[in-house]
Amino acid sequence: MGLSTSILLTIALAPLVGCVLAGFLGKFLGRAGSHTVTILGVAISCALSFYVLYQLTLGGAETYNQNIYTWFQIGHFNASVGFLVDRLTAMMLVVVSFVSLLVHVYTIGYMADDDGYKRFFSYISLFTFSMFMLVMSNNFMQLFFGWEAVGLVSYLLIGFWYKRPTAIFANLKAFLVNRVGDFGFLLGIAAVLYFLGTLDYATAFDSAPSLIGKTLQITAGTQWDAATVICICLFIGAMGKSAQVPLHVWLPDSMEGPTPISALIHAATMVTAGIFMVARMSPLFELSQSALSFVMVIGATTALFTGLIGIVQNDIKRVVAYSTLSQLGYMTVALGVSAYSGAVYHLMTHAFFKALLFLGAGSVIIAMHHEQDMRYMGGLRKYMPITWITMWIGSLALCGVPFFSGFYSKDAIIEAVGESHRWGSHYAYFCVMAGALVTSLYTFRQMYLTFHGKERFTVVAHHGHAHHDAHDDHHDDHGHHEPGVLEHAPKESPWVVTLPLVLLAIPSLLVGFFTVGPMLFGGWFGSAIHVDEANNVLGELGQKFHGSLSMALHGFSLIGPFGLVLLAFVIQTYIYLFNPSMADKIKSALKPLWTVLDRKYWVDDVYFAVFARGGLKLGRLFWKAGDTAVIDDTMVNGSVSLIHRVAAMTRRLQSGYLYHYAFAMILGLILLLGGYWFFGSGLIGSGLVGQ
Amino acid sequence: MITLSHYIVLGAVLFCIAVAGLFINRKNVIVLLMSIELMLLAVNMNFVAFSSFLGDVSGQVFVFFILTVAAAEAAIGLAILVLLFRNRSTINIADIDSMKG
Amino acid sequence: MNPQLFQLICFYAFGFVTVAAALSVITLKNTVHAVLALVLTFFSAACLWMLLDAEFLALALIVVYVGAVMVLFLFVVMMLDLDQEKLREGFVKFLPIGLIVAAAMLVEMLGLIGVRAMHTQVMGADPAATAGTSNTAWLGHALYTQYLLPFEVAALILTVGVVAAVALTLRQRGDARYESASQQVKVSPRDRVRIVKMAAERPVDETPAPPQESKS
Repeated sequence: MGLSTSILLTIALAPLVGCVLAGFLGKFLGRAGSHTVTILGVAISCALSFYVLYQLTLGGAETYNQNIYTWFQIGHFNASVGFLVDRLTAMMLVVVSFVSLLVHVYTIGYMADDDGYKRFFSYISLFTFSMFMLVMSNNFMQLFFGWEAVGLVSYLLIGFWYKRPTAIFANLKAFLVNRVGDFGFLLGIAAVLYFLGTLDYATAFDSAPSLIGKTLQITAGTQWDAATVICICLFIGAMGKSAQVPLHVWLPDSMEGPTPISALIHAATMVTAGIFMVARMSPLFELSQSALSFVMVIGATTALFTGLIGIVQNDIKRVVAYSTLSQLGYMTVALGVSAYSGAVYHLMTHAFFKALLFLGAGSVIIAMHHEQDMRYMGGLRKYMPITWITMWIGSLALCGVPFFSGFYSKDAIIEAVGESHRWGSHYAYFCVMAGALVTSLYTFRQMYLTFHGKERFTVVAHHGHAHHDAHDDHHDDHGHHEPGVLEHAPKESPWVVTLPLVLLAIPSLLVGFFTVGPMLFGGWFGSAIHVDEANNVLGELGQKFHGSLSMALHGFSLIGPFGLVLLAFVIQTYIYLFNPSMADKIKSALKPLWTVLDRKYWVDDVYFAVFARGGLKLGRLFWKAGDTAVIDDTMVNGSVSLIHRVAAMTRRLQSGYLYHYAFAMILGLILLLGGYWFFGSGLIGSGLVGQ
Repeated sequence: MITLSHYIVLGAVLFCIAVAGLFINRKNVIVLLMSIELMLLAVNMNFVAFSSFLGDVSGQVFVFFILTVAAAEAAIGLAILVLLFRNRSTINIADIDSMKG
Repeated sequence: MNPQLFQLICFYAFGFVTVAAALSVITLKNTVHAVLALVLTFFSAACLWMLLDAEFLALALIVVYVGAVMVLFLFVVMMLDLDQEKLREGFVKFLPIGLIVAAAMLVEMLGLIGVRAMHTQVMGADPAATAGTSNTAWLGHALYTQYLLPFEVAALILTVGVVAAVALTLRQRGDARYESASQQVKVSPRDRVRIVKMAAERPVDETPAPPQESKS
């Protein structure tokens, strides 16, 4: 039994309809109408996505792969819109639509007072549509369309509060950094078209083995393996979208966007598009060991070093953002060791608990009246118990404590890296192990600073009037109020905020336990992911796998990631619960290290100095030298003034006096006669004259 | 014995005199017109000489036409001159420069 | 006396007169004198053409040029009130360059003609006589047969020249008064006089009638 085209089309188009209605007819629909249509659209998609997953898993449906619409055809090249829905896609559909639905609901509470309410709903529905197009596409062209569309929505949403200079800076930065990645991605797609002659996944993957032995001459004298070039180019795209070092700089800044966006786009779904893409391209990546090594090293570096930055951050959202970077690094490492299923599996679990953490952070931020600095929080567990509990679940999942979903995916990745013998795998293994410690360090620090310890804010009661003022323009008053001073005590967020938290906490807690067997080791993804026998590290791990219970119990072993988690737990508990002054002491003791981390390894500064300044200087040079001097002054005005000057000169020849013209004629006659005299013997030789 | 060259040289001399006349009488339009008549005469001289020398009637026919056209040209030229004088009270070419660029 | 030698002497004589007269045309102060010198030039040139047995053209030159065109020149010169002195300005200044240009041109022309070939190209016998007719008949025959169309066009050009000359110089002077006889004859008394009947007394209580207008 196959999947019906209309169901898939409905999944993709329902959010688009919601987006169009809310975006263009928002005026008539009003706030409630806008969120109703968009939520309805996404809810339909979500329900159908679950249905599709059910059909593919239990209903015995076969993989759907069809072109639906031909956009254009040039020669043998066919650009069409089509869907490829296998279990990988179905899983992504479920994750995207589920998280998106919850974020939609959450937004009702979070954006309640915002003027751009309808615009926001329109954007996130557009995002959902774009993401569906990305994951459902059956060809590179549509993939690129979805890829750029999610990038566009990301840009729009980071700059959602477009009156804030920091937001504009951040969205421009995200856009520009993504351009770098997208350039590589486009080159990769072009290389696929060049070598394989098609952009259709199935055809391309079928003919992928023909790439073996083909080379490409990039610079004179050096031959590059075609598969390696294609894969590295494609992966550069993934580096931009999934924020891998060195293209990671945009993601922390993207936290300027509203928190629901950080949860949906910059944690759960869009940034994982790169991971999904590489997993989808596994038949290509399997052809190149060098490209996979490259992927692994990049991922490992990201996993460890961005996590370290998270330890010193004070902004609650930034901590989560750096943790996202770090977890994306984990996924990339998994890709690099050919554990594609592990990467995608971690993608799924991460989507749940990271969305949970972000939404929880958002809930805290609401309670703290948009104060995001953790140094002014503390002790919040009394005020907001639901948020507190759900965030602990998310945090433990993030740390990889056994039985939580994060444990299964993360532990599998670490084990897989340990099994791998690819070049650089020792470095990667070290990074992911250290990363486990680092993850726990910043996670516990964040939890303690936010929910435990002493209250580091004061509540100053105000009259109702002031209260209203603060509420009305609460998005613009960041610089106004005293840090750590609140108008009224923090309280638990409304149900539209806590419901998504609870609904996300459940999969964060349970999804790993129930799905790890089939999804990770059971070959659940089927033909969607292709792994060479020689590289099949997960297959080797699978032989040791005896059910999720035993895996979790085995995970309690102190020699391994759990030991590191425990170590971090002890350290942070001591520091933040029993000896708060320790933190500052350590900070001053490790001042140089702290500075390095606080400055984020100066990557931003270097980029700013080199690319931004350099680009500005280059642009100014081209403007002054190229545009102004060469084009404007020389070519445009120059030609005009040349004509002007020549005309002024020749004008003087036109004196208007008859005798000047006569003189010119006579002069011409003299020259003509002289010419005949010296050169032209024809007249004389003709016998008519002379002789 | 008169040769062809005699006439041609005479024509050349007349032509050059006319050219010199154009140059040294810059102001007087009437003399300029007369210089042009001289030039035409020089040309006609050549035509007639060649016609006789070659025994071909075409040369003389051409001279006939030149005389016709020159007469018309002189009539119109003088009419213009009269008009010019009527409007400007001068025939000094140095004063006529409205075609100046 | 050798007729050929006589012809040569005649040529030199008339040639000398032609050149001298031409030089006077461009150098004489008085424009009237210059016109007369041009007449002389044409006259002697006509004599030279006679030597070439081109009688018709020679006579036509005298009749057309001397008789018509040059008289026209004379009329114009005398009609215009010319300041001779002013027109002579720059004569000395431009003399050298005029001479240089003329001399350069003459040298070039003579070089092209080839002076050393002076005595090799003797004029032949009168072609008209060889053809057994007179020069006029010879030329007329060609004009009315072979060159009929150009001949008609030349006539047209002359007509156009006449019309143009008249159109250019004809004018209605604004300050002169002219009588129009035809209009004077066409006038009827009704246009000039109107007889109006009216009451002897003015009516008392009546709205004043619109004033009678008299067309005059």
